[in-house]
Amino acid sequence: MASDAARRSVLTPEGVPIEVELANHGARAGAVLIDLLIIFIALLAAVLLVVLLTPVTRHLALALFAIFFFLLRCPFFMAFELRWRGQTPGKRVFKLRVVDRRGGALSPRAVAARNVTREIEVFMPGTLVMMIPPSDLGGSGMDNMMTLAALIWLGIFTFLPLFNRDRLRIGDMIGGTWVVRAEPVVLLKDLSTKPPSRRYPFTPAQLDVYGIAELQVLERLLRQPATRGTLDTKKEVLNRILDKIDWNDRDTVEDEAFLDEYYAALREHLERRALLGDRRADKHEAAAQRRDRTSLE
Amino acid sequence: MDRPVGRGRRRRRRTEDAKRRPGYGALLKSYQFRLEREGKWRELDALIARAERHGLGSLNADELARAPALYRACMSSLSVARSISLDANLLAYLESLCLRAYFVVYGVRAGLGQVLARFLRRDFPAAVRRTRWSNALATFLLLVGVATGWAVTAKEPAWFEAFVSSAMAQGRTPDATREDLAETIFDKPKAADQLTAFATFLFTHNARVGMLCFALGAAFGVPVVLLLLYNGLAIGALCAVFAGQDLTTEFLAWLAIHGTTELAAIVLCGGAGFHLAGAMINPGRRTRLAALRDRGRTATTLVIGAVFMLFVAALLEGLGRQLITDTTARMAIGCTMLVLWLAYFAFSGRTVAMDPRHGE
Repeated sequence: MASDAARRSVLTPEGVPIEVELANHGARAGAVLIDLLIIFIALLAAVLLVVLLTPVTRHLALALFAIFFFLLRCPFFMAFELRWRGQTPGKRVFKLRVVDRRGGALSPRAVAARNVTREIEVFMPGTLVMMIPPSDLGGSGMDNMMTLAALIWLGIFTFLPLFNRDRLRIGDMIGGTWVVRAEPVVLLKDLSTKPPSRRYPFTPAQLDVYGIAELQVLERLLRQPATRGTLDTKKEVLNRILDKIDWNDRDTVEDEAFLDEYYAALREHLERRALLGDRRADKHEAAAQRRDRTSLE
Repeated sequence: MDRPVGRGRRRRRRTEDAKRRPGYGALLKSYQFRLEREGKWRELDALIARAERHGLGSLNADELARAPALYRACMSSLSVARSISLDANLLAYLESLCLRAYFVVYGVRAGLGQVLARFLRRDFPAAVRRTRWSNALATFLLLVGVATGWAVTAKEPAWFEAFVSSAMAQGRTPDATREDLAETIFDKPKAADQLTAFATFLFTHNARVGMLCFALGAAFGVPVVLLLLYNGLAIGALCAVFAGQDLTTEFLAWLAIHGTTELAAIVLCGGAGFHLAGAMINPGRRTRLAALRDRGRTATTLVIGAVFMLFVAALLEGLGRQLITDTTARMAIGCTMLVLWLAYFAFSGRTVAMDPRHGE
């Protein structure tokens, strides 16, 4: 589960908002590194091939490398984001995707804009660093000062995602996009398909103590594989629930079955309340509503 | 999502069994809802999984026709589920399924070639036209720099060092002899060096100046003014050095063959910088960030185009200038390029630019 700070809602053209989770900085940096690595390996292979097949000098090979690099670096990102619908190999590894911020289709123009700015964010600073000449080789003070100033400026662009809420690169700002994490979720069996045995008849008051948050915590617990740790937790949760709802007849309680039954009953209860416009986010809200009702009576 | 298709079918049979069976499932509305719709989700899931792995091309015509309806059905399932179901796994599944389907349905539909062609034919020249006053300002500043640099250095050669760094001058100083200077203009290097010159050009001074002009635009345009003036001063100072040895035409021709393209690119970068600066200085009713974002599209288009122009300039410098040493031919190529660029900016993509979808 992502923290709420990273959750955003995108309104699709169908008018249904979809929840997305912004990609975190580490994953994005990792994705870029993977992509750059791929580019470099491809370039090295290409240049090595040329060097092996033709009698070029080392100097010329370096020049070739520079030219290929220039021609390949931005189109690489663009081609993949166009073809793989907002993903590059690096993004695929980290399950990241480029999405239009307003929920529309990702336009080719946005893809072009957000990738060409890589020149400013990644390649220019990189080139500048390599270009700072050693002071004994004619690098004048003025030039180095300018380079340093430029590096500081470009650094602001490079690290921009760290300083805004939506983690936008300058390319995202211009292209109107953001990068989200999209991991497929597997649909599991519904926990309350079985008809209730009515072994444990819960009173409405006993179901009123919890809200949706607690219900879903219980769901996660019930879905966990049965390890010793899970069993211990279940035992603990069971006792806490029994205390909370003042269950009298503790001897008849069978651990697993009781939790299943309570989950089913609680879910049925809360869903029915929600349909009637009484949606209880958590136990505090449930308690507040209970208080309201008693004060009315 | 990685479930084989057969499993889904078995599940459907099971869910149908459950539908017939009276009991709890029939009572719990959210489960009933799931029973009725799960088949469609699984079907869409399988289609999307295949499209993700092998591309849209792997779906047959029948499946392609079905996909949008399934997608809309799942979207509606999602909004219904949000109000009636409290099953966290089910909600998360529908969210992720709809998001994945959304990526496939609303993905980009264009190849790299198409994108580039449209950019060159339409977007780039339109952006140049849209920012004509910013570009005019950048041209003006560059020319002021050149004139000042020329005049000042001609009068007092000591200023030369202030305008041109030793790395950039490479011996072309006021103290150099006429032969030395002429050699820098007419020197004919070996073929291997041409490519090297071309490559180094990609990373040289002027490309950097162009990028910086754009990058620093957001600082209210002040650094852009300085950069353009400074660059103009350096060119002017070099002109003065060559003029002092009576090599004016030769130097201008040497500069023009690629310089018209290259300086035009720098002007466009400067124009992009001023365009951004305009958003910072006078954002209108929007916030500065919003204004920057709106203008950023045009500005980036300009800079992308300028990078392309710098590449052309690199070709002209690295190959053309080394092969063609005749002053008249150099001048002719330089002027022709300038006219071509101007005509391209003025006329290319005019009719489509009226399409409101591509305006800002």
